[in-house]
Amino acid sequence: MSQTPLSSILLVLLASLIGSFGAVFLKMGAAHLKRGFRYIVNWQLAVGVALFLGSSVPFLIALRHGELSVLYPMVSLSYMFALFWSRIFFNEPITKAKLGALAMILAGIVCIGAGGRQP
Amino acid sequence: MASSVTALPDKASRRSNKSIYMVLGCTVFAATAQVLLKFGATHPMPQLSPADSSTWMPFLVALLGNYQLLLGYTAHSCNALLLILALKDGELSLLYPIIALTYVWVNLLSMYFFHEQMNAWKGGGIALVIAGVSLMGWASSRS
Repeated sequence: MSQTPLSSILLVLLASLIGSFGAVFLKMGAAHLKRGFRYIVNWQLAVGVALFLGSSVPFLIALRHGELSVLYPMVSLSYMFALFWSRIFFNEPITKAKLGALAMILAGIVCIGAGGRQP
Repeated sequence: MASSVTALPDKASRRSNKSIYMVLGCTVFAATAQVLLKFGATHPMPQLSPADSSTWMPFLVALLGNYQLLLGYTAHSCNALLLILALKDGELSLLYPIIALTYVWVNLLSMYFFHEQMNAWKGGGIALVIAGVSLMGWASSRS
């Protein structure tokens, strides 16, 4: 039914994976600020910003052949990836409340994307 | 949110609530940036040919005159700075999904500025995202 090719979907998955690593590096870099605001210049934050900007490249390539209303909601999969990286890298617990909240947010974004297809 | 601060007056939970408000601020900046960039993209710009140096100056002047584009990038920078400050103290797994609220603001702003129509899917989706973000806030006040 959808005219969005698999290659576009894989590219957006790649974009959200890159974006989720961007968030991990921002979190790592943000920890330096506990010692003072002037520590804002550090390589982790630079990598984080670069990954965020870089994640838009596969997304834009994907958009050339795919539909925005399908692909845009998929970017929010990076929130799901970030949940796992937070557990692995920062020892943050994965709780039922977090999973439930994430499921609601993802479902909501899919609905908003579906609403965008309607005239 | 205010009641959870009084229920759990310890320093850690107050700090985590502060991080949540900062990410809420991020979503407002991000949505504003998207609307400004959309306006900036429709701003008439002269043709830029990288090989032809005589087209560089007019393009640069037009770029600096495209205040919506510049304000859009400024708003994105504020968004990034505020997100970094929020991540300093808060949990990434709690704060990062709250960014989804940007979708809600963009939809509401698009109705106002670009006369996009609301429909049942969008309305339901917006309600779900708001409910999910509220649940995240509640989860953080308990952790």
